[in-house]
Amino acid sequence: MKWLKSNVFVPVLAFVFVMFFWATAFAASDEIRIGVIGPMKFIQGKSQWNGAVMAAEEINAKGGVKVGSKMMKIKLIQADSNEFLSITDATNAMERLITRDKVHFVVGGFRTEAVFAMQDIACQNKVIFIGCGAASDELCNRVAKYYDQYKYFFRGTPFNSTALVKAAFSHVGSTAEVLRNELGITGPIKVAFVAEKAQWADAMVPAVQATLPKMGMELVGVWRPSPVATDVSAELSAIQRSGAQIIFTFFSSSVGIPFARQANELKIPAMQVGINVEAQKAEFWQATRGQGNYVITSSTYARNVECNELTKPFVEAYIKRFGEVPTYTTGTYESIKMSLVDTIEMIGTLDPDKIVATLENRVYKTPPSTIMYVKDNLGRHTHDLKFGPGYATGIASQWQDGEFVGVWPNKWKPAPGVEVTYKGVKPIKIPPWMIKAYKK
Amino acid sequence: MSVKNREVIIMSIILDIIVMGLIKGSIYALLAISFSLIFGVARIVNIAHTAFYMVAAYCIYTVTNYMGWSAVPAMFVAVILSVILGMVIYKVFLNPIREHEGAVLIATMAIAMVFQEVMTLFFSGSFLSVPNLIEGYFIIFGVKVFYQQLLTLCAAVLVMVVLVIFLFKTKLGLALRSTAQDREVANLMGINESKVAMITMGIAIGLAGFAGAIVVPLEILEPHMWTPPLIMMMAVVVLGGLGSLKGSFVGAYIMGFTEAMVVFLSPQGAFLKVSVALLIMIIVLLIRPEGLFGVYFEEER
Repeated sequence: MKWLKSNVFVPVLAFVFVMFFWATAFAASDEIRIGVIGPMKFIQGKSQWNGAVMAAEEINAKGGVKVGSKMMKIKLIQADSNEFLSITDATNAMERLITRDKVHFVVGGFRTEAVFAMQDIACQNKVIFIGCGAASDELCNRVAKYYDQYKYFFRGTPFNSTALVKAAFSHVGSTAEVLRNELGITGPIKVAFVAEKAQWADAMVPAVQATLPKMGMELVGVWRPSPVATDVSAELSAIQRSGAQIIFTFFSSSVGIPFARQANELKIPAMQVGINVEAQKAEFWQATRGQGNYVITSSTYARNVECNELTKPFVEAYIKRFGEVPTYTTGTYESIKMSLVDTIEMIGTLDPDKIVATLENRVYKTPPSTIMYVKDNLGRHTHDLKFGPGYATGIASQWQDGEFVGVWPNKWKPAPGVEVTYKGVKPIKIPPWMIKAYKK
Repeated sequence: MSVKNREVIIMSIILDIIVMGLIKGSIYALLAISFSLIFGVARIVNIAHTAFYMVAAYCIYTVTNYMGWSAVPAMFVAVILSVILGMVIYKVFLNPIREHEGAVLIATMAIAMVFQEVMTLFFSGSFLSVPNLIEGYFIIFGVKVFYQQLLTLCAAVLVMVVLVIFLFKTKLGLALRSTAQDREVANLMGINESKVAMITMGIAIGLAGFAGAIVVPLEILEPHMWTPPLIMMMAVVVLGGLGSLKGSFVGAYIMGFTEAMVVFLSPQGAFLKVSVALLIMIIVLLIRPEGLFGVYFEEER
């Protein structure tokens, strides 16, 4: 350890520190650093990263972001939150982005519990954080209740849980209509409700019990498998015995795969409609070995479905770049390009308070929808997305012979005199074994 | 609902419970017996046991998907690779610390975590699946049963029969049982205890790998798939009596049937199936702390 005592050690150490801080300071001056946080070993995180990469590439290819008189390039910094397994890892990743990497903005986050913790850290440090994964209403209720503290949080994607439920009921209604028309079912459509045992789905049980009869349908049973169940043939046997014609699913976890697969393998004569997050992924077809056919799920993108004029160019460019249809966590794309960069160029500064004040009042188009941030009943900013025709609606897609096809909104009537159909949607297909069972 | 209809439904539910209980029970039995075997012979609490089950499942996925092999040879490859891997790990990591039970416990836990992370690294966290060996289903008294489920049940039962014959009708089996009963006396009788432990490890891992291989078409592959069966396997072993092969066998079917009954009799409480099974284990332990077929620790030599 002689070298420790030598005269060279202290100057070398000082030099390294100076270089490090100089490099950080230099980097800060000509680039906008954006942290992309998410479970990077999983498809949700990969999609978040892909969306961000695409946005950064497009912006940098045009010379960067015009901030006042200066052009600044986008630099992305990836942070693996590992949030499916550890909330602590997620908070550490957010801390690292802010304190070590000194990011200006953060996009991403997926699991609600983790996003709450990330939201606290980002907002304490006055770093704008656009959530691109969690749907909990409470994330934005916090903004309304404690605006000064949480105003740096915005919802990017998806729309909130309440809106997700509204959309899912509409999808069930449309499917019931198709069954009545094509199979000649005259009485109330029988619906089995299958929701994974998770907090986000608990509130759905009373909602389904109250709403389905009003929609002219009959609830024949409620099943609550574990979110990670790998064998649901028992539940499916019971569902078939109940005579259900629609299986209203509420899955965000892996159970969506065995359920879809086994229902098709057992040729259960009922249509699966609702939320099945696994079915939104391109990998679903392979994961179910093609047995996910005819499953309908809420989604954000399907090839050839156009919510507005920006949808198709984005989806095609994404497919060209990454070889798959984007999922909703690619919302990092519009969060960076349309929410952040457009606002920065409008006001010419990176000051978070000024960006918040401008962004919360903007109405702008993104590939999946037109964004408008709503206020609550008391007129307080929530930074939550407006749901409904003309704004964010999402779509419903069905797996049809290996293709993820948009099937909703198709003549959707959200209000008297209003009918919505997105360009490119196709009719819902009924499984042939169901047609056979009902056309005997 | 007519009386006849009600009778048909009750019959179907009973049949569903029998079929599901037998399948689940057989898988748990395969895992628990092999776990008991290695505990009994080498006193190793192998937390990584079901991680080998996962390794075999991923092997099959790799061999069928990337090499284009059919599922049956893939199963053989998977079992053989798991056994080799298990024996290498035993020789390198476990044998040197075998006398320190706490260290072994932690080491096997670490090995399982390493396997999990390696799978995540190579296959990401995506959910994957492999094709059934036999597609389709048959209907028995109105209950649909997958051919794959029947095959799984038959394979599990067959392997257990072979294992019983091996343990009770061969010299090596006798050596294994003797070592399990009393290592020191077995050693004095000329049994190479270290060699027997190594062979037992190979057999146990082979059984875990086989369980993974026959179950994988019914399961979803993901890097954490080893933890739910681990919990159930430990519960089965404790319920049956630690180290008792007979106990593991009976305990496995108790757990399997309990799970099936919860799912079929309480659809809204299907997620509780594991909790109810574990509750039964706790109740049995309160009544018989040594488990169903275990012996008091004081009685052990």
